[in-house]
Amino acid sequence: MVNVKKYLKNYMWVMLFVLFSLSSYFMGFKPGLMIYSNFNEFFMEMISFVPFLFIIIGLFDVWVPKELLEKHIGKESGVKGIFIVILLAMLQAGPLYGAFPVAYILCKKGASVRNIFIYLGAFSSMKLPMLGIEIGYLGIKFTVARTLISLPLFILTGYFMEKIVGSDFKVEEVKA
Amino acid sequence: MSYALDAQNQDHFLDNRRKVMFSNTFIFGLLTGISVLISFILDKDKTFLGLKKGGKMFFNIFHPFLNILILISIVLFFIPDYLIVKYLGANSGFYGFGIAAFVGSITLIPGFISYPLAATLLNQGATYSVVAVFITTLMMVGVVTLPLEIRYFGKKAAIMRNILNLIAAIIIGIFVGWLM
Repeated sequence: MVNVKKYLKNYMWVMLFVLFSLSSYFMGFKPGLMIYSNFNEFFMEMISFVPFLFIIIGLFDVWVPKELLEKHIGKESGVKGIFIVILLAMLQAGPLYGAFPVAYILCKKGASVRNIFIYLGAFSSMKLPMLGIEIGYLGIKFTVARTLISLPLFILTGYFMEKIVGSDFKVEEVKA
Repeated sequence: MSYALDAQNQDHFLDNRRKVMFSNTFIFGLLTGISVLISFILDKDKTFLGLKKGGKMFFNIFHPFLNILILISIVLFFIPDYLIVKYLGANSGFYGFGIAAFVGSITLIPGFISYPLAATLLNQGATYSVVAVFITTLMMVGVVTLPLEIRYFGKKAAIMRNILNLIAAIIIGIFVGWLM
Protein backbone atom coordinates (compact mmCIF):
# COMPACT_ATOMS: atom_id res chain seq x y z
CA MET A 1 0.00 0.00 0.00
CA VAL A 2 2.89 2.30 0.83
CA ASN A 3 4.17 1.84 -2.72
CA VAL A 4 0.89 2.87 -4.30
CA LYS A 5 0.82 5.98 -2.15
CA LYS A 6 4.34 6.91 -3.19
CA TYR A 7 3.45 6.26 -6.80
CA LEU A 8 0.41 8.50 -6.58
CA LYS A 9 2.47 11.24 -4.98
CA ASN A 10 5.17 11.02 -7.68
CA TYR A 11 2.66 11.29 -10.47
CA MET A 12 0.46 13.89 -8.81
CA TRP A 13 1.36 16.69 -11.23
CA VAL A 14 1.06 14.40 -14.22
CA MET A 15 -2.43 13.31 -13.14
CA LEU A 16 -3.47 16.90 -12.50
CA PHE A 17 -2.18 17.83 -15.96
CA VAL A 18 -4.10 14.98 -17.60
CA LEU A 19 -7.23 16.12 -15.78
CA PHE A 20 -6.61 19.74 -16.83
CA SER A 21 -6.06 18.73 -20.47
CA LEU A 22 -9.16 16.54 -20.58
CA SER A 23 -11.38 19.22 -19.09
CA SER A 24 -9.85 21.80 -21.45
CA TYR A 25 -10.76 19.48 -24.31
CA PHE A 26 -14.36 18.98 -23.20
CA MET A 27 -14.97 22.60 -22.34
CA GLY A 28 -13.10 23.94 -25.34
CA PHE A 29 -10.68 25.94 -23.17
CA LYS A 30 -8.22 27.23 -25.80
CA PRO A 31 -5.21 28.07 -23.56
CA GLY A 32 -5.41 24.60 -22.03
CA LEU A 33 -5.39 23.01 -25.47
CA MET A 34 -2.41 25.11 -26.53
CA ILE A 35 -0.48 24.08 -23.42
CA TYR A 36 -1.37 20.47 -24.15
CA SER A 37 -0.14 20.78 -27.73
CA ASN A 38 3.18 22.21 -26.43
CA PHE A 39 3.43 19.32 -24.02
CA ASN A 40 2.64 16.78 -26.70
CA GLU A 41 5.46 18.02 -28.88
CA PHE A 42 8.05 18.02 -26.06
CA PHE A 43 6.85 14.63 -24.90
CA MET A 44 7.30 13.16 -28.38
CA GLU A 45 10.81 14.55 -28.48
CA MET A 46 11.63 13.15 -25.05
CA ILE A 47 10.15 9.71 -25.63
CA SER A 48 11.87 9.38 -29.00
CA PHE A 49 15.38 9.57 -27.59
CA VAL A 50 15.45 9.21 -23.80
CA PRO A 51 14.64 5.45 -23.62
CA PHE A 52 17.57 4.73 -25.98
CA LEU A 53 19.80 6.92 -23.86
CA PHE A 54 19.03 4.86 -20.76
CA ILE A 55 19.66 1.58 -22.58
CA ILE A 56 23.10 2.92 -23.52
CA ILE A 57 23.72 4.15 -19.94
CA GLY A 58 22.78 0.71 -18.57
CA LEU A 59 25.09 -1.11 -20.99
CA PHE A 60 27.84 1.42 -20.32
CA ASP A 61 27.46 0.72 -16.60
CA VAL A 62 27.96 -3.03 -16.94
CA TRP A 63 30.62 -3.04 -19.66
CA VAL A 64 32.96 -0.15 -18.93
CA PRO A 65 35.26 -0.85 -15.97
CA LYS A 66 35.86 1.98 -13.53
CA GLU A 67 39.64 1.72 -13.84
CA LEU A 68 39.49 2.36 -17.58
CA LEU A 69 37.41 5.51 -17.27
CA GLU A 70 39.33 6.75 -14.26
CA LYS A 71 42.56 6.44 -16.20
CA HIS A 72 41.30 8.30 -19.26
CA ILE A 73 38.97 10.97 -17.87
CA GLY A 74 39.79 10.88 -14.14
CA LYS A 75 41.62 13.41 -11.99
CA GLU A 76 45.00 12.91 -13.64
CA SER A 77 43.73 12.75 -17.22
CA GLY A 78 44.71 16.29 -18.33
CA VAL A 79 44.16 17.51 -21.89
CA LYS A 80 43.44 14.05 -23.24
CA GLY A 81 40.60 13.65 -20.73
CA ILE A 82 39.08 16.97 -21.81
CA PHE A 83 39.34 15.93 -25.43
CA ILE A 84 37.60 12.59 -24.74
CA VAL A 85 34.64 14.06 -22.82
CA ILE A 86 34.08 16.72 -25.48
CA LEU A 87 34.13 14.06 -28.19
CA LEU A 88 31.72 11.90 -26.16
CA ALA A 89 29.34 14.85 -25.70
CA MET A 90 29.47 15.76 -29.39
CA LEU A 91 28.22 12.31 -30.37
CA GLN A 92 25.01 12.66 -28.36
CA ALA A 93 21.57 14.15 -28.86
CA GLY A 94 18.75 15.69 -26.86
CA PRO A 95 18.27 18.52 -24.36
CA LEU A 96 20.54 19.10 -21.37
CA TYR A 97 18.38 17.31 -18.78
CA GLY A 98 19.16 14.08 -20.65
CA ALA A 99 22.84 14.66 -19.87
CA PHE A 100 22.35 14.69 -16.07
CA PRO A 101 22.00 10.89 -15.79
CA VAL A 102 25.04 10.52 -18.07
CA ALA A 103 26.96 12.84 -15.74
CA TYR A 104 25.93 10.58 -12.86
CA ILE A 105 27.24 7.44 -14.55
CA LEU A 106 30.50 9.19 -15.58
CA CYS A 107 31.00 10.34 -11.99
CA LYS A 108 30.26 6.84 -10.68
CA LYS A 109 32.91 5.51 -13.04
CA GLY A 110 35.54 7.92 -11.76
CA ALA A 111 35.45 10.91 -14.12
CA SER A 112 36.94 14.07 -12.59
CA VAL A 113 34.67 16.92 -11.50
CA ARG A 114 36.27 19.19 -14.08
CA ASN A 115 35.61 16.74 -16.90
CA ILE A 116 31.99 16.18 -15.83
CA PHE A 117 31.22 19.89 -16.14
CA ILE A 118 33.18 20.22 -19.37
CA TYR A 119 31.08 17.32 -20.63
CA LEU A 120 27.87 19.16 -19.68
CA GLY A 121 29.09 22.31 -21.44
CA ALA A 122 29.99 20.45 -24.60
CA PHE A 123 26.74 18.51 -24.44
CA SER A 124 24.68 21.66 -24.26
CA SER A 125 26.23 23.41 -27.21
CA MET A 126 28.44 21.19 -29.38
CA LYS A 127 26.35 18.11 -30.19
CA LEU A 128 26.98 17.19 -33.83
CA PRO A 129 23.32 16.64 -34.80
CA MET A 130 22.49 20.07 -33.37
CA LEU A 131 25.45 21.75 -35.08
CA GLY A 132 24.10 20.41 -38.36
CA ILE A 133 20.75 22.06 -37.71
CA GLU A 134 22.42 25.26 -36.54
CA ILE A 135 24.44 25.52 -39.76
CA GLY A 136 21.22 24.98 -41.73
CA TYR A 137 19.34 27.76 -39.95
CA LEU A 138 21.97 30.28 -38.91
CA GLY A 139 24.84 29.68 -41.32
CA ILE A 140 28.30 28.17 -41.02
CA LYS A 141 30.01 31.40 -40.00
CA PHE A 142 27.73 31.97 -37.02
CA THR A 143 27.96 28.33 -35.94
CA VAL A 144 31.76 28.19 -36.13
CA ALA A 145 32.12 31.54 -34.34
CA ARG A 146 29.72 30.53 -31.56
CA THR A 147 31.32 27.11 -31.10
CA LEU A 148 34.90 28.39 -31.05
CA ILE A 149 34.06 31.08 -28.51
CA SER A 150 32.06 28.63 -26.39
CA LEU A 151 34.75 25.95 -26.26
CA PRO A 152 37.35 27.74 -24.09
CA LEU A 153 34.56 29.19 -21.93
CA PHE A 154 33.09 25.87 -20.89
CA ILE A 155 36.53 24.35 -20.35
CA LEU A 156 37.11 27.31 -18.03
CA THR A 157 33.70 26.65 -16.41
CA GLY A 158 34.89 23.10 -15.70
CA TYR A 159 37.98 24.41 -13.90
CA PHE A 160 35.92 26.95 -11.93
CA MET A 161 33.37 24.31 -10.94
CA GLU A 162 36.14 22.06 -9.67
CA LYS A 163 37.45 24.93 -7.55
CA ILE A 164 33.99 25.77 -6.22
CA VAL A 165 32.63 22.31 -5.36
CA GLY A 166 35.95 20.56 -4.68
CA SER A 167 37.43 17.53 -6.38
CA ASP A 168 35.63 15.06 -4.08
CA PHE A 169 32.23 16.20 -5.35
CA LYS A 170 29.81 13.41 -6.29
CA VAL A 171 26.81 13.40 -8.59
CA GLU A 172 23.86 11.76 -6.79
CA GLU A 173 21.64 9.06 -8.21
CA VAL A 174 18.06 10.28 -8.41
CA LYS A 175 15.71 7.75 -6.84
CA ALA A 176 11.95 7.57 -7.31
CA MET B 1 -0.16 40.12 -43.75
CA SER B 2 2.60 39.61 -41.26
CA TYR B 3 0.40 37.31 -39.21
CA ALA B 4 -0.33 35.07 -42.22
CA LEU B 5 3.39 34.92 -42.88
CA ASP B 6 4.01 33.86 -39.31
CA ALA B 7 1.41 31.11 -39.51
CA GLN B 8 2.99 29.84 -42.71
CA ASN B 9 6.42 29.86 -41.12
CA GLN B 10 5.03 28.03 -38.14
CA ASP B 11 3.84 25.15 -40.33
CA HIS B 12 7.17 25.06 -42.06
CA PHE B 13 8.95 24.91 -38.69
CA LEU B 14 6.73 22.12 -37.42
CA ASP B 15 7.39 20.15 -40.56
CA ASN B 16 11.13 20.62 -40.23
CA ARG B 17 11.09 19.80 -36.54
CA ARG B 18 9.45 16.46 -37.23
CA LYS B 19 11.87 15.62 -40.03
CA VAL B 20 14.89 16.43 -37.87
CA MET B 21 13.45 14.57 -34.92
CA PHE B 22 12.70 11.50 -37.00
CA SER B 23 16.17 11.25 -38.50
CA ASN B 24 17.81 11.81 -35.11
CA THR B 25 15.64 9.16 -33.50
CA PHE B 26 16.33 6.76 -36.33
CA ILE B 27 20.12 7.11 -36.04
CA PHE B 28 20.04 7.02 -32.25
CA GLY B 29 17.73 3.98 -32.22
CA LEU B 30 19.81 2.14 -34.80
CA LEU B 31 23.04 2.70 -32.85
CA THR B 32 21.33 1.60 -29.63
CA GLY B 33 19.97 -1.53 -31.32
CA ILE B 34 23.41 -2.45 -32.68
CA SER B 35 24.97 -1.90 -29.24
CA VAL B 36 22.41 -4.15 -27.55
CA LEU B 37 22.94 -6.82 -30.21
CA ILE B 38 26.74 -6.80 -29.85
CA SER B 39 26.41 -6.79 -26.06
CA PHE B 40 23.97 -9.71 -26.23
CA ILE B 41 26.30 -11.77 -28.43
CA LEU B 42 29.22 -11.10 -26.08
CA ASP B 43 27.41 -11.76 -22.79
CA LYS B 44 23.70 -12.47 -22.36
CA ASP B 45 23.56 -12.06 -18.57
CA LYS B 46 25.54 -8.83 -18.57
CA THR B 47 23.23 -7.42 -21.23
CA PHE B 48 20.12 -8.21 -19.19
CA LEU B 49 21.71 -6.69 -16.11
CA GLY B 50 22.57 -3.52 -18.09
CA LEU B 51 19.07 -3.24 -19.54
CA LYS B 52 17.61 -3.72 -16.07
CA LYS B 53 19.85 -1.00 -14.63
CA GLY B 54 19.05 1.39 -17.47
CA GLY B 55 15.34 0.64 -17.17
CA LYS B 56 15.39 1.29 -13.44
CA MET B 57 17.14 4.64 -13.93
CA PHE B 58 14.65 5.57 -16.63
CA PHE B 59 11.72 4.68 -14.38
CA ASN B 60 13.18 6.78 -11.56
CA ILE B 61 13.61 9.81 -13.77
CA PHE B 62 10.37 9.48 -15.74
CA HIS B 63 8.06 11.52 -13.52
CA PRO B 64 10.57 14.36 -12.89
CA PHE B 65 11.01 14.55 -16.69
CA LEU B 66 7.25 14.69 -17.22
CA ASN B 67 6.94 17.41 -14.57
CA ILE B 68 9.60 19.46 -16.36
CA LEU B 69 7.85 19.04 -19.71
CA ILE B 70 4.54 20.16 -18.14
CA LEU B 71 6.22 23.22 -16.63
CA ILE B 72 7.99 24.15 -19.89
CA SER B 73 4.71 23.75 -21.81
CA ILE B 74 2.99 26.18 -19.45
CA VAL B 75 5.89 28.68 -19.45
CA LEU B 76 6.08 28.66 -23.26
CA PHE B 77 2.35 29.31 -23.46
CA PHE B 78 2.97 32.59 -21.62
CA ILE B 79 5.99 33.47 -23.80
CA PRO B 80 4.76 32.70 -27.34
CA ASP B 81 7.06 32.97 -30.37
CA TYR B 82 5.54 36.20 -31.71
CA LEU B 83 6.20 37.96 -28.41
CA ILE B 84 9.83 36.80 -28.44
CA VAL B 85 10.20 38.06 -32.03
CA LYS B 86 8.59 41.37 -31.07
CA TYR B 87 10.94 42.04 -28.16
CA LEU B 88 14.15 40.60 -29.59
CA GLY B 89 13.72 41.78 -33.17
CA ALA B 90 15.01 44.93 -34.85
CA ASN B 91 16.29 47.82 -32.70
CA SER B 92 15.96 45.83 -29.51
CA GLY B 93 19.51 46.91 -28.61
CA PHE B 94 20.79 46.57 -25.09
CA TYR B 95 17.37 45.70 -23.66
CA GLY B 96 16.98 43.00 -26.29
CA PHE B 97 20.25 41.50 -25.11
CA GLY B 98 19.00 41.46 -21.50
CA ILE B 99 15.58 40.07 -22.41
CA ALA B 100 17.23 37.38 -24.56
CA ALA B 101 19.41 36.29 -21.65
CA PHE B 102 16.44 36.37 -19.25
CA VAL B 103 13.96 34.47 -21.43
CA GLY B 104 16.64 32.04 -22.58
CA SER B 105 17.57 31.29 -18.99
CA ILE B 106 14.07 30.38 -17.82
CA THR B 107 13.59 27.40 -20.05
CA LEU B 108 15.68 24.69 -21.58
CA ILE B 109 14.24 23.95 -24.99
CA PRO B 110 15.62 21.62 -27.63
CA GLY B 111 17.63 22.98 -30.56
CA PHE B 112 15.16 22.00 -33.23
CA ILE B 113 12.77 24.55 -31.72
CA SER B 114 15.26 27.27 -30.82
CA TYR B 115 17.14 27.36 -34.15
CA PRO B 116 14.13 28.05 -36.39
CA LEU B 117 13.07 30.71 -33.89
CA ALA B 118 16.58 32.18 -33.96
CA ALA B 119 16.50 32.26 -37.77
CA THR B 120 13.19 34.18 -37.63
CA LEU B 121 14.76 36.61 -35.18
CA LEU B 122 17.64 37.31 -37.59
CA ASN B 123 15.16 37.81 -40.44
CA GLN B 124 13.24 40.28 -38.31
CA GLY B 125 16.38 42.31 -37.75
CA ALA B 126 17.71 41.02 -34.43
CA THR B 127 21.47 41.32 -34.02
CA TYR B 128 23.79 38.32 -33.99
CA SER B 129 24.68 39.18 -30.39
CA VAL B 130 21.08 38.88 -29.25
CA VAL B 131 20.57 35.63 -31.15
CA ALA B 132 23.79 34.10 -29.80
CA VAL B 133 22.96 34.98 -26.20
CA PHE B 134 19.41 33.70 -26.67
CA ILE B 135 20.28 30.25 -28.03
CA THR B 136 23.24 29.81 -25.68
CA THR B 137 21.18 30.50 -22.57
CA LEU B 138 18.37 28.34 -23.95
CA MET B 139 20.78 25.45 -24.23
CA MET B 140 22.96 25.95 -21.16
CA VAL B 141 20.95 27.72 -18.47
CA GLY B 142 17.64 26.36 -17.18
CA VAL B 143 15.72 27.72 -14.21
CA VAL B 144 12.81 25.37 -14.98
CA THR B 145 15.12 22.33 -14.86
CA LEU B 146 16.96 23.58 -11.77
CA PRO B 147 15.00 21.44 -9.25
CA LEU B 148 15.97 18.29 -11.16
CA GLU B 149 19.55 19.48 -11.56
CA ILE B 150 19.75 20.07 -7.79
CA ARG B 151 18.71 16.46 -7.19
CA TYR B 152 21.71 15.31 -9.22
CA PHE B 153 24.36 17.87 -8.33
CA GLY B 154 23.18 19.42 -5.08
CA LYS B 155 22.14 23.05 -4.59
CA LYS B 156 25.53 24.70 -4.69
CA ALA B 157 26.89 22.98 -7.81
CA ALA B 158 23.62 23.31 -9.74
CA ILE B 159 23.18 27.00 -9.02
CA MET B 160 26.86 27.78 -9.67
CA ARG B 161 26.80 25.88 -12.97
CA ASN B 162 23.83 27.95 -14.12
CA ILE B 163 25.40 31.24 -13.01
CA LEU B 164 28.76 30.48 -14.65
CA ASN B 165 27.02 29.42 -17.84
CA LEU B 166 24.92 32.58 -17.86
CA ILE B 167 28.13 34.63 -17.63
CA ALA B 168 29.67 32.50 -20.39
CA ALA B 169 26.56 33.03 -22.55
CA ILE B 170 26.82 36.82 -22.19
CA ILE B 171 30.51 36.72 -23.17
CA ILE B 172 29.64 34.48 -26.11
CA GLY B 173 26.92 36.92 -27.20
CA ILE B 174 29.28 39.89 -27.09
CA PHE B 175 32.08 38.14 -29.00
CA VAL B 176 29.84 36.56 -31.64
CA GLY B 177 28.31 40.00 -32.30
CA TRP B 178 31.78 41.45 -32.63
CA LEU B 179 32.97 38.71 -35.01
CA MET B 180 29.93 38.59 -37.30
